[in-house]
Amino acid sequence: MIPMHRVNRRNVLRGMMGGAAVTVGLPFLDCFLDTNGTALADGQALPVVFGTWFWGLGLNPGRWEPNAPGKIDKLGVELQPLVAFKDKMNVFSGMKAFLDGKPNGVHFSGVQGMLTGTVPRGMIADKPSVDTLIADVIGTRTRFRSLEVACAGNPQHSQSRRNGAVVNPAEISPAALYTRVFGPEFTDPNAADFKPDPAVLVRRSALSAVADDRQSFEKTLGAADRARLDEYFTSLRGLEQQLDLQMEKPAPLAACSVPGKVDETPIGTEIEIVKNNHRLFAGLLAHALACGQTQVVNVAFADATSSLRRAGGTQTHHEFSHEEPVDAVLGYQPTLAWFFNEIMGSLAFFLTSMDGIKEGDKTLLDRMTIMTATDLGYAKLHGLENMPMMTFGSGGGRLKTGLHIAAQGEPTSRVGLTLQQAMGVPVSSWGTDSMQTSKTITEIMA
Amino acid sequence: MLHIKNTLAAVAVAAVVCAGVSLAADDKPAGGDSVTRRLSQDQYRQVIGDLFGPSIKVGGRFEPDIRRDGLLAMGASQVAVTASGLEEYDKIARNVAAQVVSEQHRDTLIPCKPVKASGPDDACATQFLSETGKMLYRRPLTPDELQSRVKVANDAAVGLKDFYSGLGISLSTMLVSPKFLFREEIAEPDPNNAGQYRMDAYSKASQLSFFLWNAAPDPELLAAAEHGDLGTDKGLARQVDRMIASPRLQSGVRAFFTDMLGFDEFETLAKDEMIFPKFNSRVAREAQEQTLRTITNLLVTEKGDYRDIFTTRKTFLSPLLASVYGVPFVAPAGGWSAYDFAEGDPRAGIISQVSFVALHSHPGRSSPTLRGKAVREVLLCQKVPTPPANVNFTLVQDTKNPQYKTARARLGAHATNATCAGCHKIMDPIGLGLEAFDSGGSLRSSENGQVIDTSGELDGMKFSDAAGLAKAVHDDPAAPACVVSRASSYGLGRLPVKGETEWVKALQKDFQDDGYRLPDLLRRIATSQEFYRVAPPQLGAVDMPASKLAQSSTVGASSTQENQQ
Repeated sequence: MIPMHRVNRRNVLRGMMGGAAVTVGLPFLDCFLDTNGTALADGQALPVVFGTWFWGLGLNPGRWEPNAPGKIDKLGVELQPLVAFKDKMNVFSGMKAFLDGKPNGVHFSGVQGMLTGTVPRGMIADKPSVDTLIADVIGTRTRFRSLEVACAGNPQHSQSRRNGAVVNPAEISPAALYTRVFGPEFTDPNAADFKPDPAVLVRRSALSAVADDRQSFEKTLGAADRARLDEYFTSLRGLEQQLDLQMEKPAPLAACSVPGKVDETPIGTEIEIVKNNHRLFAGLLAHALACGQTQVVNVAFADATSSLRRAGGTQTHHEFSHEEPVDAVLGYQPTLAWFFNEIMGSLAFFLTSMDGIKEGDKTLLDRMTIMTATDLGYAKLHGLENMPMMTFGSGGGRLKTGLHIAAQGEPTSRVGLTLQQAMGVPVSSWGTDSMQTSKTITEIMA
Repeated sequence: MLHIKNTLAAVAVAAVVCAGVSLAADDKPAGGDSVTRRLSQDQYRQVIGDLFGPSIKVGGRFEPDIRRDGLLAMGASQVAVTASGLEEYDKIARNVAAQVVSEQHRDTLIPCKPVKASGPDDACATQFLSETGKMLYRRPLTPDELQSRVKVANDAAVGLKDFYSGLGISLSTMLVSPKFLFREEIAEPDPNNAGQYRMDAYSKASQLSFFLWNAAPDPELLAAAEHGDLGTDKGLARQVDRMIASPRLQSGVRAFFTDMLGFDEFETLAKDEMIFPKFNSRVAREAQEQTLRTITNLLVTEKGDYRDIFTTRKTFLSPLLASVYGVPFVAPAGGWSAYDFAEGDPRAGIISQVSFVALHSHPGRSSPTLRGKAVREVLLCQKVPTPPANVNFTLVQDTKNPQYKTARARLGAHATNATCAGCHKIMDPIGLGLEAFDSGGSLRSSENGQVIDTSGELDGMKFSDAAGLAKAVHDDPAAPACVVSRASSYGLGRLPVKGETEWVKALQKDFQDDGYRLPDLLRRIATSQEFYRVAPPQLGAVDMPASKLAQSSTVGASSTQENQQ
């Protein structure tokens, strides 16, 4: 929820706890929104949203890059499913992950470099991902600091991490996401009446006893365990905040509508199942964002070792990347390309879902910035050169779009640094070793 | 000169601490740093079940555990709780608490009645929260802790005008407290070894109980801790013997092997329905159950030789599994029944069971490499190097290539690639022995019309089929050494530090001398001083580099299957 016109909680609760629950009737829309629905009534723009969209195995080099640097004229064939968004996207080619002599943790090093700015020494990461850094700045006044989904059935496909072992687990069931966001604890920002639940205040008050547990517990802990406990209490503050927000009348949001209930769906790695769950997730996330439930979303279409497969096929997408011969005439692996087409098609569906939420003369996508992430450059060789990167949406006008940035072996962390700055993170330098950079991509900064 | 000496000594101490090795003042090994472990999903469920009985349901999504150095039990020492994870813990806690205080359960689960149900009752809240808190925190609550939770119950009872609702709110805050969700090890000076530290009595009780039963200490064990019994060899041995003699040892052994064998991976295991129509989530569940029944029957009920889990033909089947195995089977009332595979049958030991061959396969086909890797890493505790990048597999793994009809033929060509051959030769010859079992676990004799050759080799021990491989693993001294190593790390929640490795070696020797009896091994570990020894707390509090802090799960489990066919 985006709190705006705060009802005096103490007064409300005093009335509530003293007798029957108070019903707070508030006028709808006309007093809270400006006339065209693009801003809150006090003139504040609707808040910026950040997202990541991850898929495994990169793309085929030479088949995705736009034909020329600068304003995007023609996208490469593997990005054709995204052609409708070419004016709302940026494409970055020639970006790479630098290993600095560290072993290539296949399917791991590349994505860590891209999302955390650091290539770990082994298969263990220890830096926060860019989405959590941004969420700490823009996501602190929403019900959920971020929402993660994984479409191929494993909550650990999530690429969102606060540090090594604190990986934000992803929802794998659209039905479960529906219940989590739009279930009984959802407060419709556009509801005419607002009736705080007295049980919420009681819960909120009770949680302070848990917060007090910290003092006696941490006395005996070493540094590493204290850091883990810090994470726990950060999470506890998030939970307290959720309850605080439930006590407040949220600001009406013209574009918010509650989606229809989502039933349980099959979950797995077969691509039609994955696509179906992704479609449902995309719709739910679009509604969640439009309803102000969060400002950060992370989508893992599949795992880095892309285990997508076709029904009845003996090989996965990943196995094809190694095993399928390069077609002598076409010059690429045709089945692999088929999978990429399906994946980019799904990305296009996600973007369409965001762009389909109209907010005045703009759309939800316009106030978003979505960063794509992947683990490889050329899947066949599992290389880390020329890793495909894209952004979508201008972040509420903070970024220019429609550009192809053709780099020459620049670290992928430059994109992450640029987006952090655009989202308001006070950071001037980011990354480790050769991935460390203080050079933003000024061409896309508005 | 003296100054230089002192400086050098300080550097040496710092180096030791940074290396994670702690030495006591007299240079005796002092145990590793205390670890703080998050309860696993199974442990959480077990605690709730033990405390409130089976009618209280634990529903919800738990935060995923992560595997470190071969065990989730070691990952538990590194994980934290994320925002969405805590959200779920909170939901689960509120749901459990609501059931406990419900009209249906309150008379049996709450040992007192309030004077007035419409408001607070200090005495009854104190009694319930004191008793329940002791079981949840695995030690008595301090007066402050108890007072804090009674206050929560009373305040909430006033706000909600209901004693039971207030009590439920307070119980739910205990269930989300880090004092419940994390197992803490408290160090105290060891009176018998000057300069050394050991766990305090309640930490010791938890160490013992989670190790042997995968559960929180029961009232008798907590009483032994309270009375100081666990501080004496005799008192400790009495509790260990009691717990090993208990039927609950089965739960503990099942939990250990569930972890060691990586059965958590079944949660996300997928098989292609068109290729393996018989394989579904129920088969996956029952396949795990079959293996766990085989193991606990042999090791706990019959007190057999650990190595025989690799060769035994005695197992248990359900009707569904019988159809996967393709054996005639009539179960009493449709349930489980003992089943002995005949001599000469390819199924011998747990390696040939569905739980192993299906788990270590691709969704659409078997994988001698993954199976060979699992034998080495899971059963023999040997590390197979991670595969290289930039390798072209195209020629050798094209299943449509008429020259390479079988996995053996494909991998044979594969091994001609020098980059790959080094590692594949330590995996593939093992896994080829299991090629008679497809990815779904069913028996087969041919692939693409070609008769399958199941001959192979394990470190010089040649065999002609799965039973031969089973015998080779059975006879490999690395197999019993591995289970000793895993069991000790499972109990400690970490790898042994320098000094403790000698203890593990001694356990391995004892295991051999004891005829490889698992209960004897568990007893030796549980009665060892080393099992409860910890580093002095001030050393444990030394700042660690970020890389030693909580580490990541390998996203996408890519390390296990990458490049391995």
